[in-house]
Amino acid sequence: MTEASTEPVLRTERLSRHFKIGNALSRQVLHAVDDVSLAIGERQIVALAGESGSGKSTIARLLAKIYKPTSGEIYFQGTPLSSLRSRRDTLRYTGLVPMVFQDPFSSLNPVFRVSHGVMRGLKLHRPELSREQRYAEAARVFEVVGLTPAAEVLQRFPHELSGGQRQRVGFAQALALRPKLILADEPVSMLDVSIRIGLLNLMVRLRDSEGVSILYITHDLASARYVADRLIIMYAGQIAEAGPVEDVLANPKHPYTQLLLSAVPDPRAPLGVGAETDRGEPPKVIDPTPGCRFRWRCPLAIDECHRVTPEPRELLPGHSAACHVARADAVTEAFR
Amino acid sequence: MSSVPARQKPSEQADPVPADPGAVLEVNDLSVEYIMETGSVVAVDHVSFELGPGEFIGIVGESGCGKSTLLFAIAQLLAPPARISGGSVCFRGRNMVGLTETELAAVRWKDLSVVMQSAMNALNPVKSIGAQFADAMRAHGVRSKEQIEGRSAEVLRMVGIDPVHLKSYPHQLSGGMRQRSMIAMAMLFTPELVIMDEPTSALDVVAQRSLMVQIKELQRDFGFAVIFVTHDMSLVSHFSDQLMVMYAGQVAELGATRAVFDSPLHPYTAGLMEAFPSIRGPRLPLTGIPGSPPDLARPPHGCRFAPRCPKVMPRCETAPPDEYWVDGRRVRCYLYAEAYSPQAPNEEPGSPP
Repeated sequence: MTEASTEPVLRTERLSRHFKIGNALSRQVLHAVDDVSLAIGERQIVALAGESGSGKSTIARLLAKIYKPTSGEIYFQGTPLSSLRSRRDTLRYTGLVPMVFQDPFSSLNPVFRVSHGVMRGLKLHRPELSREQRYAEAARVFEVVGLTPAAEVLQRFPHELSGGQRQRVGFAQALALRPKLILADEPVSMLDVSIRIGLLNLMVRLRDSEGVSILYITHDLASARYVADRLIIMYAGQIAEAGPVEDVLANPKHPYTQLLLSAVPDPRAPLGVGAETDRGEPPKVIDPTPGCRFRWRCPLAIDECHRVTPEPRELLPGHSAACHVARADAVTEAFR
Repeated sequence: MSSVPARQKPSEQADPVPADPGAVLEVNDLSVEYIMETGSVVAVDHVSFELGPGEFIGIVGESGCGKSTLLFAIAQLLAPPARISGGSVCFRGRNMVGLTETELAAVRWKDLSVVMQSAMNALNPVKSIGAQFADAMRAHGVRSKEQIEGRSAEVLRMVGIDPVHLKSYPHQLSGGMRQRSMIAMAMLFTPELVIMDEPTSALDVVAQRSLMVQIKELQRDFGFAVIFVTHDMSLVSHFSDQLMVMYAGQVAELGATRAVFDSPLHPYTAGLMEAFPSIRGPRLPLTGIPGSPPDLARPPHGCRFAPRCPKVMPRCETAPPDEYWVDGRRVRCYLYAEAYSPQAPNEEPGSPP
């Protein structure tokens, strides 16, 4: 990782989460996340991208302590999360690492004014504040996320706000807890195109002026490029490629990244041909055997890919790919 | 459902004579309103366009802009409280507005089919794919078992699915395969017009692109026309001939897709183009469009986009603009009021170059 000198805000080491599926007669294990090691630095937006079912939301839930890891460890500011035993420690962690959800229409309680969520979070996580201080803090974070005039917006009900405004409430709730890292799970995918950019700009502003890091989970590579510093591409529960966002997108090393890139509709570019040749879909990883999980769709697959699971290798500074074929110097073009 | 009052033709409305007998579909001044307790909400406001054989029109807009209502109105699928309050939909020269269910049933699926947004909800979960195909064919008088099986297998192969899946149930297929089988089902009778409502929105980019390519290939082979509704305008950029941008129930801009992308005329279209971050080229800060679409129960007095428009002029706020013809494109904006006339020129409007 590039930030080797300083301890990242959060990092994971070979994080895995498996789910048991099937009945007593056919026990199977779904590998939702396998051996994921990632790091999120100070004041950094890291985009976690991949298709549905690639395990990106599972990672968010693991980091939010909604799921317990099957194996592996999460370190927050150097402290392993498995060492957090007391309710107080857990509360402190969830305040420092809050989550913003995908659906702004179902993540706010419709019977309460929008001030309710923020005030509740403050009461729980910052009990030292008086009622007036809580209100002042709620107004402050509403101003920061662009919900102005804050005093008035705080009194509204969720149904009186547009989707974009509701999602800003989500960010305000997170921000009120003085977070170090916000876990944003597809925060803009339910919003209209004309509204999205405003939220993406807000994320950049939170990083630059409030100094928070953000894990931005998305399936939209163009928006990842717009806001993120680093980009992690997931495939079938594993990291396929990770690196500085411009490096990964300009010089994708993993064939899967190349496939994804070729499929992004871009009116300003000529039609890519890569995705036309590929009709596969990401596999459900049930009781996997060793080998690269992309091998059935990969035009470059060699014998080794069918036998050995590729480990992420650093090919360029801070830019790694889990692929046996990818080389640092040579251009491998599976899809273009 | 038998005949529903809402579908009855407005009384004085005479069947307009189609100007161009070659057009598969002609939508003239179509308006749809929702009757609410508090009054009516006009969700589709005087929309006109026409579609030639084998043509592909993309209809884009934000949620609530009336694009799905328009599509339902074209397919005569509206149910109360929505009703067509004016205009006509001529399919192959015949006005569909006011036809009875029996008359519509003969046309539906055979000549005109619809692919819905969510295949998971549109397919029957307790029937195999093959049984659902057979249903549709029997409803149109295909009785022979061989014929049904043969055609079902054929259309599945056309969309790249192994015919063994005729025995599969919807939940056994992946999202992409379900959408493909919906499209296969729409192809059973090689219709002349296929209407698609965001068929790819539940799919990932890779599956989305391959489905778009597939639709385009089928269209090339069988020559049907396509109406493709989406909120993602970059998706249709390489596939549609005409592009219609809707805003608050009205046509903001309509023209050849490439022309609209290369030089958007309406400030809303331009704003939408600016709202997409690009995957290539320089990383530019974008602004999007401030504000949000108007409440259609209380639309602005003037231009519906005026409250969000960066180029707003005093007159925009007082009276709504007409559609103006600008180099073969239609634009509803006062910016073009002086130089261009609101009268349609004689040549074919909005046809692809």
